[in-house]
Amino acid sequence: MTLRDVVEIVQGTVLCGEEFLDREVKLGFASDLMSDVLTLLADDILLITGLSNNQAIRTAEMSDITQILFVRNKKPTKTMIDLAREQNITIIVTACSMFKSSGLLYQKGLQPIY
Amino acid sequence: MHVTFKVTAGDFSNAGKISSSIKTLLKQLNISSVDVKRIIVALYEAEVNVVAHSYGGEVVCDIEPHQAFIQVIDTGPGIPDLDLAMTEGWSTATAEVREMGFGAGMGLPNIRKNTDELSIQTQAGGHTHIMMRFYISEGTI
Ligand SMILES: Nc1ncnc2c1ncn2[C@@H]1O[C@H](COP(=O)(O)OP(=O)(O)OP(=O)(O)O)[C@@H](O)[C@H]1O
Ligand SMILES: [Mg+2]
Repeated sequence: MTLRDVVEIVQGTVLCGEEFLDREVKLGFASDLMSDVLTLLADDILLITGLSNNQAIRTAEMSDITQILFVRNKKPTKTMIDLAREQNITIIVTACSMFKSSGLLYQKGLQPIY
Repeated sequence: MHVTFKVTAGDFSNAGKISSSIKTLLKQLNISSVDVKRIIVALYEAEVNVVAHSYGGEVVCDIEPHQAFIQVIDTGPGIPDLDLAMTEGWSTATAEVREMGFGAGMGLPNIRKNTDELSIQTQAGGHTHIMMRFYISEGTI
């Protein structure tokens, strides 16, 4: 699916990286543990997380992840958004929980890694 | 090429800045994205460990044709039982560190997986010195 589809499925809001909404994403990974994310080998992952701090953006940067979905309306700070912009990372926020976001996206074909 | 950076203990808002700078550097040297990723994941884990668990330290990075040699050195408190620390899931992370999204006890095992050669010198009360060597296949350096 495209990031545009992701936004629609979780009724999300795009905070930065609107220009990349046509990007394809095949795999999803939901975690609040950054070292867990850092073990992933695949690229083009949608990171679904409730951890809203600089380290979430940094972890995405180090793992070559270019899209993050923040759940439960966790509002990223301006610093986080600036960091994400620099790295061409798209940030989407949704009111849905991690469980609901993952469920909806899985149902629509986003693949798990494990 | 030889570069060094200071790492400040407890400074989570800046944790990852060094890894980010070195990532930019490696990309400029046209090192393959697979090599860049494993080097940077290992370095970032080590950088965060210095921020999270130590009194502060430095990153010393030497990039040569066909290899990158990165050392992460801090001033203590050292790791009392390294074998235990290398075990997946073992962590002494504080609540503050966990709130930052770390403390799964996967950093050191993750470093081992991503390095070609890894050597760690540490002792309780002393410093921790991590030496990571990566063989790199491409690059213009
Ligand atoms: N530089 C260091 N100085 C002192 N102790 C360290 C250092 N690095 C790691 N440790 C110790 O080793 C343990 C395991 O480290 P490791 O990186 O594997 O896990 P973590 O940092 O606790 O969690 P994670 O890396 O998964 O976020 C740490 O909890 C800490 O007790
Ligand atoms: Mg760690």
